[in-house]
Amino acid sequence: MNNNLPWLNPARTQLLLDALATRILVIDGAMGTMLQSYKLDEDGYRGQRFAEGKDAHHGHEHHGAGCDLKGNNDLLSLTQPEIIKAVHTAYLDAGADLIETNTFNATTISQADYHLEHLAYELNREGARIARECCDAVEAKTPDQPRFVIGVLGPTSRTASISPDVNNPGFRNVTFEELDTTYREATRGLLDGGADVIMVETIFDTLNAKAALYAVGQEFARRGARVPIMISGTITDMSGRTLSGQTAEAFHYSLRHAQPLSIGLNCALGASELRQYVEALANIAECYVSTHPNAGLPNAFAEYDETPEQMAATVGEFATSGLVNLVGGCCGTSPAHIRAIADAVRGVAPRAPRIVESQAA
Amino acid sequence: MSTQPRYTRLSGLEPFVITPDLLFVNVGERTNVTGSAAFKKLVKEERYDEAVEVARQQVENGAQIIDVNMDEGLIDSEKAMEKFLNLIAAEPDIARVPVMVDSSKWTVIEAGLRCLQGKGVVNSISLKEGEEIFLEHARKVLAYGAAVVVMAFDETGQADTQARKVEICTRAYKILTEQVGFPPEDIIFDPNIFAIATGIEEHNNYAVDFIEATREIKATLPYCHVSGGVSNVSFSFRGNETVRGAIHSVFLYHAIKAGMDMGIVNAGAMPIYDDLDPELRELVEDVVLNRRADATERLLDIAEKYKKGKGEQATGNKEKLAWREKPVKERLSHALVHGIDEFVEVDTEETRLLSTRPLDVIEGPLMDGMNVVGDLFGAGKMFLPQVVKSARVMKKAVAYLLPFIEAEKARTGDAGKSNGKIVIATVKGDVHDIGKNIVGVVLRCNNFDVVDLGVMVPAQKILDAARAENADMIGLSGLITPSLEEMSHVAKEMQRQDFHVPLLIGGATTSRAHTALKIEPHYKSPTVWVKDASRAVGVAQSLISKELVDGFMAKIRAEYAEIRERHKDRGPAKRLVSLAHARGQSFDGGWDKHAPPTPNKPGITVFDDYPLADLVERIDWSPFFNTWELAGSYPQILDDDIVGAQARELFADAQKMLQQIVAEKWLKASAVIGLWPAARVGDDVEVVPESGKKTMLHFLRQQVDKPPGRPDFCLADFVAPKDAGKQDWIGGFAVTAGIGIEEKLEEFGKSFDDYSSILLKALADRLAEAFAERLHERVRKEYWGYATDETLSNDELVAEKYSGIRPAPGYPACPDHTEKGTLFALLDATRNTGIELTESFAMYPTAAVSGWYFSHPGSQYFVLGRVSKEQIEDYAKRKGWSVAEAERWLAPNLDYDPE
Repeated sequence: MNNNLPWLNPARTQLLLDALATRILVIDGAMGTMLQSYKLDEDGYRGQRFAEGKDAHHGHEHHGAGCDLKGNNDLLSLTQPEIIKAVHTAYLDAGADLIETNTFNATTISQADYHLEHLAYELNREGARIARECCDAVEAKTPDQPRFVIGVLGPTSRTASISPDVNNPGFRNVTFEELDTTYREATRGLLDGGADVIMVETIFDTLNAKAALYAVGQEFARRGARVPIMISGTITDMSGRTLSGQTAEAFHYSLRHAQPLSIGLNCALGASELRQYVEALANIAECYVSTHPNAGLPNAFAEYDETPEQMAATVGEFATSGLVNLVGGCCGTSPAHIRAIADAVRGVAPRAPRIVESQAA
Repeated sequence: MSTQPRYTRLSGLEPFVITPDLLFVNVGERTNVTGSAAFKKLVKEERYDEAVEVARQQVENGAQIIDVNMDEGLIDSEKAMEKFLNLIAAEPDIARVPVMVDSSKWTVIEAGLRCLQGKGVVNSISLKEGEEIFLEHARKVLAYGAAVVVMAFDETGQADTQARKVEICTRAYKILTEQVGFPPEDIIFDPNIFAIATGIEEHNNYAVDFIEATREIKATLPYCHVSGGVSNVSFSFRGNETVRGAIHSVFLYHAIKAGMDMGIVNAGAMPIYDDLDPELRELVEDVVLNRRADATERLLDIAEKYKKGKGEQATGNKEKLAWREKPVKERLSHALVHGIDEFVEVDTEETRLLSTRPLDVIEGPLMDGMNVVGDLFGAGKMFLPQVVKSARVMKKAVAYLLPFIEAEKARTGDAGKSNGKIVIATVKGDVHDIGKNIVGVVLRCNNFDVVDLGVMVPAQKILDAARAENADMIGLSGLITPSLEEMSHVAKEMQRQDFHVPLLIGGATTSRAHTALKIEPHYKSPTVWVKDASRAVGVAQSLISKELVDGFMAKIRAEYAEIRERHKDRGPAKRLVSLAHARGQSFDGGWDKHAPPTPNKPGITVFDDYPLADLVERIDWSPFFNTWELAGSYPQILDDDIVGAQARELFADAQKMLQQIVAEKWLKASAVIGLWPAARVGDDVEVVPESGKKTMLHFLRQQVDKPPGRPDFCLADFVAPKDAGKQDWIGGFAVTAGIGIEEKLEEFGKSFDDYSSILLKALADRLAEAFAERLHERVRKEYWGYATDETLSNDELVAEKYSGIRPAPGYPACPDHTEKGTLFALLDATRNTGIELTESFAMYPTAAVSGWYFSHPGSQYFVLGRVSKEQIEDYAKRKGWSVAEAERWLAPNLDYDPE
């Protein structure tokens, strides 16, 4: 892609590259699980700004009106920033090197469910800014461990290569162009807010991710500078495929033109179920490999109950087997999980990326 | 981690990697409105369900990529492209392959790219509208993540001559790789196939221009591919499908040899090169290769004869079905070779009624037909889709026979009680299985239930199979050194996944020491090294028996523990000298007096289908008997008191099969050799092949503490150093005598004839060795030609009484298997011989030998032995490896414990 562009923030990028060359880095865990413990109600989600049943910063009556905002976690970056900061800080204190912005659903497409499309840019910028603030604060205390903000681009609630209508397989409820537009806006917000890297994650439809990477590339070109890109897909079940039907290898080949810093897998499965697919990527990837699995498979109550010790043992084995460069947690994980994982991979050598046969003629 | 080859890596739902062994990538063309009137009609009438079926058939018929083109005036091309791609995305059996988005309009291409989740191919962009547009499109293609077809078209027009084609492609390649940063392996050139035999003299050379341009492009623009639309070439014969088919077949045969590796071809409808009427083929070849001025007229003269006009359609059909008049066995064979499944069940049933056993139908006419298919494909005279069709016919026939075979099995009934179940496999990265197969046979004879997973089996698959089969033990085999590492991996995985069944380790590079040091410590349940097949039964029985197992394992464990202790205490007596010291006493080539010989024929020479008869007399028989675990040297072994009778029987069987191998061409021998200018640089050798792209070969040096005057050898010492002021040379070779072995093995497999299988493999190995020996002789006498007067008997040859050596990467003098990758690249060995390398650098077919040629009269074989960490670090630096990587590849040679 625009691999000739300079780094947007060369010094921080160099810190990240240096760290990756020497050790396995730790990504934070779930945001949602942590937020649940605050037991916020509708008023809690709305905060002051939306208390009147509309966005007090905008005159239009329909913004955020007429539907519940409870469950719109991304909105909390605006209405309850202290809670978001507390979660970020808890993960940083647990030893995370990188934290993910609270922007998983902060796209016009996903916010449309709450009639809050107009907030997309702001949610991303604030999400990155808050994470940046937390990282800077903790980094000041532990200067030899730099902390990085991963600007998260989530999958959106729609799929560009799967029809939502079984009777009409050619139908699509979102197009590449729409995704391009929505992701460009989100990327702009993340970079303005100070994200160190952009991560396209929880990819269950590779075409969505291609659109996201296209948008990120265009935004880089507009700025004349870039940040490293991380890519993380989701193997939805034991078939070993993404929701859109690709194998781990096919998934990698479809996206490696973006020359990502890392490729990996997250969500849907627990670490032990993910292992063979992470290994498949580790065997072919010329970039770094990441994984942030769920805390096991959901139990009968749809809860994740793998303990920090269990999960750290599994992820620690990934590390000692030389499969990974970045590890963290997804659904059901807590700072305790991240602390255990950080302990498990400390001092273990990172995986060496595959080298592609030299191009020199 | 090691280097991975720069292959084109495309994807649909599944990955599609274009490796050299694919030979030719077949792009399906039926979903192209400009090429298929039927498809055009379906799209125009919006009959998309049927249009999707066309795509499905393409993939079923073997298309590895499907080309989609909607360029038609009356169609909204962008909409149609989107709609069709969205529809096929919902069909997993179509969407598994990559899509080629084909249009002359950029907007249509972009619309298509926005529908593809996989990595597809754009067809096409060109310099037609200048560099600016070309750059813009190329950058977009890269941003969308696709490979690209580049037409040989520039501002002044389409390239027609060889020089123009090469000029434009070279310019485009430079722009793409240097300005855009486009991966060179993702560039596919279409240097324009134009119609020949048009009656216009300037057109006569068009096919030759394409073929020769292809050769030059592939030689000078690394990693790119060459493709083209083949049907254009025969355009002037439209209406005469017989002649057109013949032209396509002949054209492709030559173009593929020149390096064309992708194309839009309706291969299913194309005749087989060898099947062409010889008269027609000769005349077509004259036209395609522009061999004589009156070629077109001569072809036109007879073309009418092959034309089937509308009035003659009936006769055409009759002619088409003429093969139905033949005897049934021939009909089956015909159906297989031509992939016709219409009558296969009827014919199979008829044959079955004529046969004693249902199995005879498979072993006889069906296998005969498949052998023909295999031979034709191996010779590049049949294409993948045709083979897929043949396989389908075979499958149908076998499926039909299966119930009868089962019934027969039940009737003769031999369901004995099993001693126990063992899952055996040759580990990932390794293809050698003679030993494993012998173990399988021996265990089966002793009433063990053996589940053989074959070769190159990943750890997880072995473990899954063991669980699924509820196996009582697992047996691993491997021959090359990287397999040792993989076996440790399997052991670790067994422990990690909580296995408790015994693990048996066997194969030529395995050893008691390695098992004790590197495998057994990783797995808590019984882990036993099995020295050879004859011990397998004893070990398996001891492990399975409740009474014996504890005593047996106590003994083994004590033995292994002792080995580990001894290893720990390895005394300082065997201290290695420092690398500098070893280098200080390197071999002296006496370069001031020695004039390195110049080869008679430098560069690459390919030997395709080398006469096997020339090799039989050169076979070194002693290792053959070793394979069968009969110890002794040939010919004395035939009169040995103990094994003599056995040896004679085996030898007689071998001679008989050998005659068949030669007479019936069971095997094909192919080879490539290369001789290149070379100079020593430290412990490396710099080679300058034809391409001019300097290549570094890396060698290791002995570090043995030797008395003065006795050198610490390194293979690089046998080549003149750069500063000697003498031009020296090095050679490389890769030979195989195993091409075609699969068909025969499959035949044996089908009839459960393991004996013949193993015999054939062992003989193929011997023939490959003999071939290597014979070629080395010819290199010394003819190609390099420094020993023109050499006269040695076969025994003397076996005893290596000649000047110069041919050490093989992975063997004692140069144990680094990965150097085989460099050797193969220099020789373009996979393309030239059909030998492939696995990820662990094992050669397949296994009956293959490769190595380097050194001419220096003082050159000699030696055993590298152990090397110090200092040298490993030095070597890693030279190879561009991490130290850990070097330690992994050279694990058996380390003088220290890296952990």
